[in-house]
Amino acid sequence: MVLQLIKQKWFYLAILAIALAVPLLVPNRYFFQIIIISCIFAIATLSMNLILGYTGQASLAHAGFFGIGAYGVGLMTKAGVSFWLALPASALLAALVGFLIGIPTLRTRGSYFAIATLCFGVIVSIIAGNWVSLTGGHTGVVGIPRPSPIPLPLAGEITFQTQTAQYYLVLAFLLLTLFVMHRLVYSLQGLSFMAVRNNEVLADAVGINTFATKMLSFVVANFFAALAGGIYASIIGSISPSTASYTLTFNWLVYLLLGGAATLSGPIAGAFAIPILMEYMQFLEEYRQLIFGALLIVVIIYFPRGLMGGLASLRVKAVNYSHRRKAGVPSAAESGKPDQAF
Amino acid sequence: MYRVLLKVENLTKHFEGLVAVSEVSFGVNRGDILAIIGPNGAGKTTVFNLISGMLRPTSGKIYLNGEDISGLKPYHIAHKGIARTFQTTALFDQLRVVDNLAIGYKLRTSSGFWSTIFHTRRWKEDRAGCEAKIMETLGFIGLAEKALHFVSTLSQEEQKRLAIGVALMSSPRVILLDEPTGGLIQEETDGITNLIKKMKAAGLTICIIEHKMRMIMDLADRIVVLNFGEKIAEGTPEEVSKDQAVIEAYLGGDYVA
Ligand SMILES: Nc1ncnc2c1ncn2[C@@H]1O[C@H](COP(=O)(O)OP(=O)(O)OP(=O)(O)O)[C@@H](O)[C@H]1O
Ligand SMILES: [Mg+2]
Repeated sequence: MVLQLIKQKWFYLAILAIALAVPLLVPNRYFFQIIIISCIFAIATLSMNLILGYTGQASLAHAGFFGIGAYGVGLMTKAGVSFWLALPASALLAALVGFLIGIPTLRTRGSYFAIATLCFGVIVSIIAGNWVSLTGGHTGVVGIPRPSPIPLPLAGEITFQTQTAQYYLVLAFLLLTLFVMHRLVYSLQGLSFMAVRNNEVLADAVGINTFATKMLSFVVANFFAALAGGIYASIIGSISPSTASYTLTFNWLVYLLLGGAATLSGPIAGAFAIPILMEYMQFLEEYRQLIFGALLIVVIIYFPRGLMGGLASLRVKAVNYSHRRKAGVPSAAESGKPDQAF
Repeated sequence: MYRVLLKVENLTKHFEGLVAVSEVSFGVNRGDILAIIGPNGAGKTTVFNLISGMLRPTSGKIYLNGEDISGLKPYHIAHKGIARTFQTTALFDQLRVVDNLAIGYKLRTSSGFWSTIFHTRRWKEDRAGCEAKIMETLGFIGLAEKALHFVSTLSQEEQKRLAIGVALMSSPRVILLDEPTGGLIQEETDGITNLIKKMKAAGLTICIIEHKMRMIMDLADRIVVLNFGEKIAEGTPEEVSKDQAVIEAYLGGDYVA
């Protein structure tokens, strides 16, 4: 067990080292941009994972909240507000909207909740396309300033004009999101989310306020979705109704399901692997969608817990097998299932 | 301190025309085991669903230690100190044994979102309390060796023990057990019976639904008999087993032996 922990620590440190070295490793600006956007989408997918993967409520409004964050930051920073004020303000606004939307929708279950949240997501993109005086309609908002520089006490300031600086900024937010998700998931709070997902009636009977639990998950998820949207607006510099479109939600859903829902590594793996694979499969053109569609079906049927979940259960099987070989007694999962807590 | 810890008064539940429970009254004394028996469809589970808040009574009242708790939501009633198990064993079957127990402890904790994010002292205290209670409960229900196993790998009897363990994690004042030995063979039934005796010895107040008469006669301090939603008898095991109405309605003429 201890040995395993140490090994795991080295593994994570190695990944972190690679992440820090990315600016040295990328072959060109174009590829670098894909990595930066993948970081932003990893934040969105991680937060979607909280409500969908861990809490079991299939929210399809995620891009709507991403859009609220993007438009919030885009419009505020263009009006002269500092990015560092606009970003938390937009994320809090999305959290508040999520709370209000959650009051009616979280009382519905299963596909009803999915449809209700999908409707909300569509409404956000319709508003973005038609409230021309505020949002610029279908042309959207252009010329959004880069994140405001951070003044340093002695040596000038950190600016975000270069891709490298922008990359470290999004990486910092990705790590922050991962930290919060990790703290939440590996606690009694995280177990309460999973309890609601697994058996809502029993969760209620053992004293968990299931509505409040779902609400917390939904609000936190939407906060981080909007955070991702706000960073996106400021890094890319222009947004349009497609920034809030449900096609984004479905992309993240694919990242989540292929990577592995209810794991922390799965959403990140999905958000990086799929866009990068897409790039390398450019020559397949439209057929790429077809291939990913087929892949999704295969994964859902044969690896319902996605790539990372599948790997984890393989590891559990391997551990059990070697235990049996060594001790001659059957032993069940001691490690591996990613959503184990406490 | 009321001697009668849990009391129901004229409890009635209608399901569109069907009277599932009709004007049922009884009390459970502190530290006692009260059994509810009756033929299939007599309304026993419905009584538990009413007490635990999963159903709202059509009329009638439920008191816990003198406090009116009728019509509260299930999680609210759990916080008041009533825990329950289900007739068809209910567990969090995607999780491990320890996770199931930890969830049962949630209502004893007070850390919210921010304590969880910052690992505050309160969060650490809650975690320590939870771990201690898990160790205690694992020993009590005899599942220490299976602590890290997934629920799906447990036998039926182990799952029933775990379901009781989850209920015990919140240190309830009253525990409602709905057929805790349903579907088990005699040997396993004895194991659960011993567990229930241990719970009584530890001072718990227990309300139990059972079909197995031998077990009930052995365990119960008092018995309430339901038939077609109505209470037809109440008393000690001896009194009930001699009651003419019970013999006719339920036990069958030649039971008393
Ligand atoms: N939610 C419900 N809606 C409609 N009818 C119900 C509901 N729950 C129970 N009933 C009916 O109420 C009656 C009493 O059911 P209940 O489950 O309380 O019986 P029981 O005494 O627990 O029986 P068993 O020994 O089979 O578990 C039955 O006729 C049942 O069909
Ligand atoms: Mg029943």
